[in-house]
Amino acid sequence: MRLRVPVLLSGLFILLVAALALVAPALPVKSPTAQSVVRRLNAPSAQHVLGTDRLGRDILSRVVWGARVSLAVGAAVVAISALAGTVVGLTSGYFRGPVSDLLVRAVDVLQAFPALILALAIVTALGPGFATVIAGISLGYAPQFARVTRAAALAVREREYVEAARAAGASTRRILLRHVLPNGVDPVIVLCTLLVPAAILTEAMLSFLGLGITDPTPTWGNMIDNGRLVLREAPWLTVFPSAALVLTVIAFNLVGDAIRDALDPHVQETWVGAPSRPTGPRGASLPG
Amino acid sequence: MRHLIRRLAQIVPTMLGALVLVFLVMRVLPGDPAISLLGTAATPEAVAVLRRELGVDRPLFEQFIAYLSGALRLDLGQSLALRAPVTQLVLDAVPHTLLLTLGGTLVAAAIGVPLGAAAALRRGTWLDYGASVGALLGVSVPVFVWGLVLLLVFSLHWRLFPTAGAGTTPGGVLRALVLPSIATGFFLAGVVSRITRASILQMLGQDFARTARAKGLGETAVVGRHVLRNAIIPILTVIGLNIGTLLSGAIVAETVFTRPGLGRLALDAILARDYPVIQGVILVSSFAVLLLNLIVDLLYGLADPRVRAT
Repeated sequence: MRLRVPVLLSGLFILLVAALALVAPALPVKSPTAQSVVRRLNAPSAQHVLGTDRLGRDILSRVVWGARVSLAVGAAVVAISALAGTVVGLTSGYFRGPVSDLLVRAVDVLQAFPALILALAIVTALGPGFATVIAGISLGYAPQFARVTRAAALAVREREYVEAARAAGASTRRILLRHVLPNGVDPVIVLCTLLVPAAILTEAMLSFLGLGITDPTPTWGNMIDNGRLVLREAPWLTVFPSAALVLTVIAFNLVGDAIRDALDPHVQETWVGAPSRPTGPRGASLPG
Repeated sequence: MRHLIRRLAQIVPTMLGALVLVFLVMRVLPGDPAISLLGTAATPEAVAVLRRELGVDRPLFEQFIAYLSGALRLDLGQSLALRAPVTQLVLDAVPHTLLLTLGGTLVAAAIGVPLGAAAALRRGTWLDYGASVGALLGVSVPVFVWGLVLLLVFSLHWRLFPTAGAGTTPGGVLRALVLPSIATGFFLAGVVSRITRASILQMLGQDFARTARAKGLGETAVVGRHVLRNAIIPILTVIGLNIGTLLSGAIVAETVFTRPGLGRLALDAILARDYPVIQGVILVSSFAVLLLNLIVDLLYGLADPRVRAT
């Protein structure tokens, strides 16, 4: 794989955002929740590089702390939905019977709901917050992992090497983990790269709607929502968190694309630059 | 016709499953709707009265049968905050959201297909490069950021389009639809442009394209009459795959542009803890996604007669 400049820059950008998010508490920035009546809606200046919001809070500090939420949600959603979806996909693909049929049906039903709507339902029932946002978005994404791993399990279930393992007395768990799962790893990784930016966007949408992680905890989504009401008077409230969100998502999309290219030689198309080979519809859906 | 009936039969169990899921999410998850509606300071008597009114004092199975039989009669209950039938509220909101979803799809096709085709035909040039960057922006910039940018430039600065509402006259409805449709459709435009480029590149190398060229057709005719027609199926496929995202986008765009629709209805209901309305909106959204997907499936048959034969 030849590493292109945009991909390299994207990778560095993600590392930078992750590093800032990790060390946010130790950074020499103001507290993201410290209010100041006299510093309300200050334009960017030497003292407040990115300005202040309607409560006089420092935007730079809130953008940096917002990265913690976005990255944590992206990582947690992908980890949880990949784990849950893979377990469901492998078992429903490998075993036959009513339980397997029921799982397949449940996956179909979950896929009928747009991820945002499903997350909205969970957040409504359980109340807004970090854990419920992650649970809500994960529930929407898990079926996609279930689909790809089930397809992998169905493809190898009757293969000779699986039968041989069974004949040699290997336990079901061992067969699933050592012989069936490896066939589904590549599509799972590809899906992970697609879903990290999608999860970040869904969290931002929920927070923007006031249903995700709410003020005073800073998230890029709720910061953009806060700035919406003073869009003309104080555009910096909206511009900086939007830029952070968009740049992060672009970076994840570019890096994800490079990983997809590397894992699947049939899908050699990139967002930036000419492709080496055309592709079919595979990998074209960006769930959100 | 047989294709249609088979597809309809396939989505009925999924719809039933969606009904069960929505019921379970709303009733089984921790939290008492009566308490969350009245607040923790409410007297036990008031809570008991409301629980009876909501029907949540009955056994779960009984509640489900009542909910299912209501849904089958298209009765989704009464709104607690608005004191109106949920079915009516949802039916009033659905056309606005569907119109916006359709507007977003049209924008996506109108931008994505020509952009993707141009990129494929001018492969490796600045046009191809620009189209790739455009597609990347389309899928990376969320609908509410597009919405705010469009609102700031075209409604607040240049005052070309209204800042809120859905319009009352046919002309007004169209004007009010333009910016939200663009904001909703940009995401899909990126995906469509990418898939159009990829499928055209793939089709250009096929035998039928070579035959068309060999019989003396110009490149425009080869692409317009033969290649593009064959590229429609993957384009329809990605539109179908992304209908849920498009509907979610429409719901968010409704908030940015203060338009009526399912999004506004859901958000107001969530703020008022109006459970029957939230339940109704979630259910109808999932049904809408299933039905819109069915329509896309049927369009396959129009685009490619071979699909009807199978």
